[in-house]
Amino acid sequence: MITLTSDPIDITAALQQLQSSQAGAIDIFLGVVRDNTQQRSVDRLEYEAYDRMAISEMQKIADEANKRWAILNYTIIHRKGVLRIGETAVLIGVATAHRADAFEACRFIIDTIKQTVPIWKKEVFTDGEQWVNAHP
Amino acid sequence: MNSSVSVLLFGITRDLTGQSSVSVPLLEEARVGDLLTQLHQQYPQLAGIRSLLVAVNGEYAETDQILTPSDEVALIPPVSGG
Repeated sequence: MITLTSDPIDITAALQQLQSSQAGAIDIFLGVVRDNTQQRSVDRLEYEAYDRMAISEMQKIADEANKRWAILNYTIIHRKGVLRIGETAVLIGVATAHRADAFEACRFIIDTIKQTVPIWKKEVFTDGEQWVNAHP
Repeated sequence: MNSSVSVLLFGITRDLTGQSSVSVPLLEEARVGDLLTQLHQQYPQLAGIRSLLVAVNGEYAETDQILTPSDEVALIPPVSGG
């Protein structure tokens, strides 16, 4: 299941959705907002997305992961809007029979999301702001 | 016949132009590469961005893809999700 949402991510609900009697492993990766980057103090992150394409690109990544690994259930949830320190920006969950597949698929999904999905974050510092990755 | 295409802007491109969508005049059979050239002429401030891709109807497009006025076109600055 793929979700792009302005609401806080419900980790317990995501875990319940991943559970399967055939699963021997469930991996959940959480990307969370930290309070500093490159020695600058972060106040908040502001995410925006090109919604329809963000969802279709995340679906492509999930489809590719399903081809490469024997995935029983997966969930991808990405936030948009304003996120404060400690909030979960992204949740990737994968259930598989064995742990190696769950670790690998989870890592593949988050790494590829960062490369291809049209979602942008602005770091708002206590003394300025910048769109991440945008400048040379 | 001249026409124009509407281009959606996000992130740094929206901040730099002050608009969330812009109309770009195009010649018939214009390609994605022509659109990028036109946009850079209209908005020289876009030159400060590390890279700019174009999506057409929700899919990443090559620079030689031909545009039509009914296409949903979006400018994609470097992504930073996750």
